[in-house]
Amino acid sequence: MNEAVSTKRVIPDRLGNRTSRLLASWEVLLFGVAVLIFIFNALASPYFLNAWNLSDATFNFTEKAMIAFAMAMLVISGEIDLSVAAIIALASTAMGAAAQIGIGTPGLVAIGLGVGLGCGAVNGLLVSGLRLPSIVVTIGTMSLFRGISYIVLGDQAYGKYPESFAFFGQGYVAWVLSFEFVLFGVLAVLFAILLHATNFGRQVFVIGNNEFAARFSGIPVERVKFILFLLTGLMSGVAAVCLTSRLGSTRPSIAQGWELEVVTMVVLGGVSILGGAGTIGGVVIAAFVMGLVTFGLGLLNVPGIVMSIFVGLLLIITIAVPIIVRRIREMR
Amino acid sequence: MMNGVTQVQDSPPRPAPLVETAPLLEMRGISQIFPGVKALDQVDIKLYPGQVTALIGENGAGKSTLVKILTGIYRPNEGEILVDGQPVVFSAAQAAIDAGVTAIHQETVLFDDLTVAENIFIGHAPRTRFGMIDWSAINKRSRDLLRALESDIDPTIRLRDLSIAQRHLVAIARALSVEARIVIMDEPTAALSRKEIDDLFRIIEGLKRQGKAILFISHKFDEVYEIAENFVVFRDGRAVGHGKLRDTSQHEIVRLMVGRDVKDVFPKTKVEIGAPVLQVQGFSHPTEFHNISFELRRGEILGIYGLIGAGRSELCQALFGVTRPSGGTLTLEGRPLQISSSGDAIRAGIVYVPEERGRHGLALPMPIFQNMSLPSLSRTSRGGFLKAANELALSRRYAERLDLRAAALSVPVGTLSGGNQQKVVIGKWLATQPKVIILDEPTKGIDIGSKAAVHGFISELASEGLSIIMVSSELPEILGMSDRVMVMREGLIAGMFGREQATAETLVRAATGNA
Repeated sequence: MNEAVSTKRVIPDRLGNRTSRLLASWEVLLFGVAVLIFIFNALASPYFLNAWNLSDATFNFTEKAMIAFAMAMLVISGEIDLSVAAIIALASTAMGAAAQIGIGTPGLVAIGLGVGLGCGAVNGLLVSGLRLPSIVVTIGTMSLFRGISYIVLGDQAYGKYPESFAFFGQGYVAWVLSFEFVLFGVLAVLFAILLHATNFGRQVFVIGNNEFAARFSGIPVERVKFILFLLTGLMSGVAAVCLTSRLGSTRPSIAQGWELEVVTMVVLGGVSILGGAGTIGGVVIAAFVMGLVTFGLGLLNVPGIVMSIFVGLLLIITIAVPIIVRRIREMR
Repeated sequence: MMNGVTQVQDSPPRPAPLVETAPLLEMRGISQIFPGVKALDQVDIKLYPGQVTALIGENGAGKSTLVKILTGIYRPNEGEILVDGQPVVFSAAQAAIDAGVTAIHQETVLFDDLTVAENIFIGHAPRTRFGMIDWSAINKRSRDLLRALESDIDPTIRLRDLSIAQRHLVAIARALSVEARIVIMDEPTAALSRKEIDDLFRIIEGLKRQGKAILFISHKFDEVYEIAENFVVFRDGRAVGHGKLRDTSQHEIVRLMVGRDVKDVFPKTKVEIGAPVLQVQGFSHPTEFHNISFELRRGEILGIYGLIGAGRSELCQALFGVTRPSGGTLTLEGRPLQISSSGDAIRAGIVYVPEERGRHGLALPMPIFQNMSLPSLSRTSRGGFLKAANELALSRRYAERLDLRAAALSVPVGTLSGGNQQKVVIGKWLATQPKVIILDEPTKGIDIGSKAAVHGFISELASEGLSIIMVSSELPEILGMSDRVMVMREGLIAGMFGREQATAETLVRAATGNA
């Protein structure tokens, strides 16, 4: 200690320049992929480079991406929610039932968001209250929520939504900018701020990296996780409003399989499936990549089942690549 | 030379040597060098058939390294091992087993969901002609082994259904299932009750009669004197003395263990002890500790000494709000204090530097400055929004004060050495400007240089008026740093000693229960 005073060492804040580190990041790599797919699509189909077509293409990912933002935070904290698509089904069913008895648009939105929040609270209580593993809990609630939807609707569908309700999924704010796309942009900014610029976001990262250390540092781990499940439920409710409004009807099979696409988007965006690392920016780019690919495949008349194969492959590859790269690095 | 105490310093005259049998296993001039540390330095050991040799030493003296060499996990850099006078090389764990060496560890890895017989013969199960496991042979031989240990545990039941003591028997049976002649027992009594220890000692007597050579590692003197004939004392990787226990007093062994008058080596400055800061009254826990009362004054360092399992860490974690006590009250600066989470403790000004810093203290993949600022975020941020500049400034202040060696404040903590990681943990808690800091084994597993820095720093904090609780298993550290020492044994306070009364002997006596 005493010698240290005379030869005081200066520790720099950061190492090297930020540009070189940024260039090596996953997000930049992914952005390159997005540009390549964009160029490929433009060359492959004459209909692609059209403002209205491109605007239509954004509907492929906006609703899923809204959920993916919240899911990204949940995955970074070391948890997961596989019931998100089932929450959409339940929220949409509730809105449909309410619309049949003549409840107006503001009431429907409130019901959609409320059901989302309620479902998120159920998941959150089971995971952080009873300390059950989220993957099992949310597989259970996935069946539960959608099961309720099937009991209520059977093979029926709700379809009588008020005209003004159509705005959320079909309305445009200005020119080709749809309401959904604008909402997606606003939510991306809000979530980026929440995750990367607030104390709450920092706590999410610490929990994901070392839950023990988080607890030993005074972080209310259970409360943070509960809030994350609430957020994910709420965003599923938002997606339910948009999707129901866009389709104009509710069937119990609505948004079937979306949980997989949402998780794929999150992982493709560079969020570590083991928790502790990831960015909202990465998820935004991943949303565009997935949207462009599905749209491109659609333009080329590739059948839907092939798209599902594609999503599955994408999930496996994006989980495997970073892990394999790390192993190769460690071997050296 | 083989008889009586042999040590580097003046050795008193000893009775004439008795006729000795030839050693079963002998280690000559064994050295084990790790990067930057000489874990063992020219160690000689002899193990005799039918006798127990006790290996005594503090944590970090090199006992575990020796066990790992004897079981073929490490290959020593220097020296040779002889079995029956023939030099052998333990190139792998199997080679040690083939030479007849087996070890029972502190925590032997057993499998809860396998049967007793499967646990005993896992890895070396007898096979039938067709290469299938010979179940009847396994069960029969397991039953024989257990019977030799005076136990009638059914070899076909699952381990899950056994008591701790019975599991221990299974671990011993497992060790003996390989036709061992040399048995190493690494703190075998750590988790056992007195009755179970008596049973274990009966088994050891049986092994002695079978002519096996036993190396018994323990730091409980009463047990050592009860079961062992010979002893070897390790200090800082060297064998500093060996001989017959019946010719050697406990006092001599403690002196060999600790080595020097430790109070001179440590940089403890004289500090004016102030008013009471923290008062603990009747603190209890359902299983770990009972009726603990003490007070801590301003500027005071209270050392807590005790064996592993005495309840020291659990007490500290309860004070910090991580585990919930079943009873007792806290008073901080005269006001009653209710702590139900670590957040409460931090806000009240009580912080805890955990023993397992990687597991409990740090988010290793995250940058230094984010770890340092974590419990102080409410001060470095504004309105819930992070202010990186404030976090960096705060980290820099404590990094410089602690003489942290790091390439930058943004590198992951996991890239630092153990000593520097510990500085980050300490810095993180100092940044909260606490009143009471609890240090749990603050220098465990860190290099000598950082150790001295940490000790100097602790002393400095006390002189600035911070109250410090320091849990340590290292006698020199406890004796050198503490103003008072509280000794715990089996969850109770076994003694409270002022700096003048505290000696290695009094503390060890209190901790082991030897009046």
